[in-house]
Amino acid sequence: MEQNIALELKNITKTFGKVVANKNVSLKVRKGEILSILGENGSGKTTLMNMVSGIYFPDSGQIFADGKEIVIASPKDAFDHKIGMIHQHFKLVDVFSAAENIVLGLEDEKGFDMPCYIEKIKEITEQYGFELDPYKKIYEMSVSEKQTVEIVKVLFRGADILILDEPTAVLTPQETVKLFKVLRNMREDGKAIIIITHKLHEVLSLSDNVAVLRKGEYIGTVKTAETNEAQLTEMMVGKKISLNIERSEPENVSDRLVVENINCVDREGIKLLDNVSFSARSGEILGIAGIAGSGQRELLEAIAGLQHLDGGSIIYNNPKTGESENLRDKTPLEIRQMGVRLAFVPEDRLGMGLVGNMDIIDNMMLRSYKKGKSVFLQRKKPKSLAEEIIERLEVVTPSAYTPVRRLSGGNVQKILVGREIASSPTVLMAAYPVRGLDINSSYTIYNLLNEQKKKGVAVIFVGEDLDVLVELCDRIMVIGSGRITGIVDGRNTTKEEIGILMTKSADNEQNGGEQ
Amino acid sequence: MKKLNKLYFSALSGSFGHIVKRDELPWWKSWLIRVVSVILALIVCGFVTVSLTDLNPIEMYITMVEGAIGTSRLTWNLFQNTAILLCVALAVTPAFKMKFWNIGAEGQILIGGFATAACMIFLEGKISEPLLIPLMLVLSIIAGAIWGLVPAYFKTRFNSNETLFTLMMNYVAIQIVAYYTLEWSMPKGSGTPRTLDYGQLPVLFGQKYLVNILVVALLTVLVYIYLKYSKQGYEISVVGESEKTARYIGINVKKVVLRTMAISGALCGVAGFLLVAGTDHSLKSDTSGGRGFTAIMVSWLAKFNPIFMILTSLLIVFLQKGASKISEVYRLNSSFADIITGIIIFFIIGSEFFINYKIKLNKKEGNV
Repeated sequence: MEQNIALELKNITKTFGKVVANKNVSLKVRKGEILSILGENGSGKTTLMNMVSGIYFPDSGQIFADGKEIVIASPKDAFDHKIGMIHQHFKLVDVFSAAENIVLGLEDEKGFDMPCYIEKIKEITEQYGFELDPYKKIYEMSVSEKQTVEIVKVLFRGADILILDEPTAVLTPQETVKLFKVLRNMREDGKAIIIITHKLHEVLSLSDNVAVLRKGEYIGTVKTAETNEAQLTEMMVGKKISLNIERSEPENVSDRLVVENINCVDREGIKLLDNVSFSARSGEILGIAGIAGSGQRELLEAIAGLQHLDGGSIIYNNPKTGESENLRDKTPLEIRQMGVRLAFVPEDRLGMGLVGNMDIIDNMMLRSYKKGKSVFLQRKKPKSLAEEIIERLEVVTPSAYTPVRRLSGGNVQKILVGREIASSPTVLMAAYPVRGLDINSSYTIYNLLNEQKKKGVAVIFVGEDLDVLVELCDRIMVIGSGRITGIVDGRNTTKEEIGILMTKSADNEQNGGEQ
Repeated sequence: MKKLNKLYFSALSGSFGHIVKRDELPWWKSWLIRVVSVILALIVCGFVTVSLTDLNPIEMYITMVEGAIGTSRLTWNLFQNTAILLCVALAVTPAFKMKFWNIGAEGQILIGGFATAACMIFLEGKISEPLLIPLMLVLSIIAGAIWGLVPAYFKTRFNSNETLFTLMMNYVAIQIVAYYTLEWSMPKGSGTPRTLDYGQLPVLFGQKYLVNILVVALLTVLVYIYLKYSKQGYEISVVGESEKTARYIGINVKKVVLRTMAISGALCGVAGFLLVAGTDHSLKSDTSGGRGFTAIMVSWLAKFNPIFMILTSLLIVFLQKGASKISEVYRLNSSFADIITGIIIFFIIGSEFFINYKIKLNKKEGNV
């Protein structure tokens, strides 16, 4: 039994300054086993695995491979011990083919023999059931194909222990099913597989054992077959939590924002938005689903006045005056001067919505500093707003004078959302507002969105977790390669239906290319 | 950035130890580290001195101090030099805070000085001094502002590289001044710069540099207030931290860049005015004397805080004066003084690393 253990960690501790990322974590993974490491964002999952793959070095603790203690000081050491990690962000050369990326950096004493390598790559893909064309260039690939290249690369180097960091975050439900099939094949072959995740249903459907981390501490390992969602959540969060999002019936629905036939082209002439038309209604949450990078960002930025458009119109129906105005090609300042109360929670919180090096008060001021004729800043109101938000949204911070970059992801988001809804908006756009947030903070954000909806705000919510979209939104619009592939009713749709819509336009394009 | 850090960490870890980010240090601890670093620098300099020159390092340090503040004339000199350097540092700060790499202060100073000198020559005796001096000031400000605006305009219009552009503008200014120095020299064509008598800044309380110092003191307070409490100063910070955020909240980024560079250039123009009318009473192509570059260091060392800049500019001028005294007294090559200054500044900058990070040694672990 014991010699079956592929990798064992004993009392691993890692700190960054005051922050304890991992505290006395011990776990083991056997050959022919899939182990899930489950934990909320910021619970130290990735840090722990980065120590196994040689990116960080533990402060204390031991690592054993095949029963022998090893020291992993660099990614090369990790490879020498047959440990391979597939990171969340891929590290591939765009202009190289799959095969070239896989063999890149290989030191072969016998000389460089590409046909032989390709043979080997084909063997690997056949053995485990990957779908991969070794000659295809990376820039022509979808995210899921790129991920396949990364996995094959690691196997090609002879890894027996594979670590995958949030592998499904960028995949559609259908692609996820495929990936899981491949992972199961690898398990049959005796590989030890560790997947880092915070999605419960994946854990339950895939893994043999689950190790749970909470705030850097190791909580315990349970057999998947003997557990359920409720127990895992409790281990993860530390208390019982109900996982239902409330959804009230929309009231006083009217078209607030009508987008018609907008187009957006990037510098290379590629269409980022292709004839997009939809309407956002007051008192309702419109969800936007789609694979990351399908034009969601451009769409929201276009409405906010940050993206140049080619054609089309964005009509805003002002509930106060009853007038309709076109927001297209207006700057953010002009939009505000027109009396449009548009709140926007961008995806890039610290790079766009907030200024990381400024304190909470100065960040509150971003929206309001221009008010008044004085040449000097008025910090009084922003200060009371900051204190109000800290209190009402339970922001954990030493004081209102702390630079926001020092706060955790959830608290940063509370500050940003808090500021945006403080202006009592009529339209609220939020891009991935719960990305990186723990369960409690996520639910705080969902409640805030619901609260705004009840106030008659037109809420636009770009999300990545389909389960949440289906539970929270009144209508869900699916976007694929800059095109709207469908708008469905949130109350009677399924994840699968949305998943199919997500890939619809991409498939059409591929077929068109082959004809 | 995060990725880079990771690589950096992995490259260093394992071999001898690894670098760990510190918690926020209490202020006294960080100042302790700074003081210790200066002491270490002096010790290292001592070794270097003994091994290169056989001089007694203690004596040498005393000579250094004497060179900086040995007599009242030297002390005033020190203050006046500090004031000018501080003025240039104040000038470059708004630009650097905005992440606009203005390395053209040198040229902006010169062109400001050029405007002053031109007034002093062409209006000599034509209008009274109390009228002439404000005119000189205004024209220097305009000249400096134009020199700052040109690269800013091209940056906002064509996204040209401001670092190269501002650097090139220095050479243009130097050549203009070099040409007119010759043109205006007395006797004409001799190359000896003309002494400018008409329009010199007044001597207050018998101290000819006092006006310079007072002007810069006033500017320090104004720049501090401007950056910290004005709406425009706030806009500079936002644009510097993230242009995307600035656009997101509706700041007109181009306008802020142009305005800020005009201010930066204008303050350099003031420095040129003070140098020509208050200190040198002449104009040469090396009137700015590299201050445009040294000031960048002053500004960064003080983390863009005008009040701290008083200290950092004083430190740098003190070292320069002391070092040149050593070369003079011991008849050493002037490079030796530069070596000493270099070592001290290296340690001071290096101390910032130890304020932010600490190094943990790896204990011996297992076999690899």
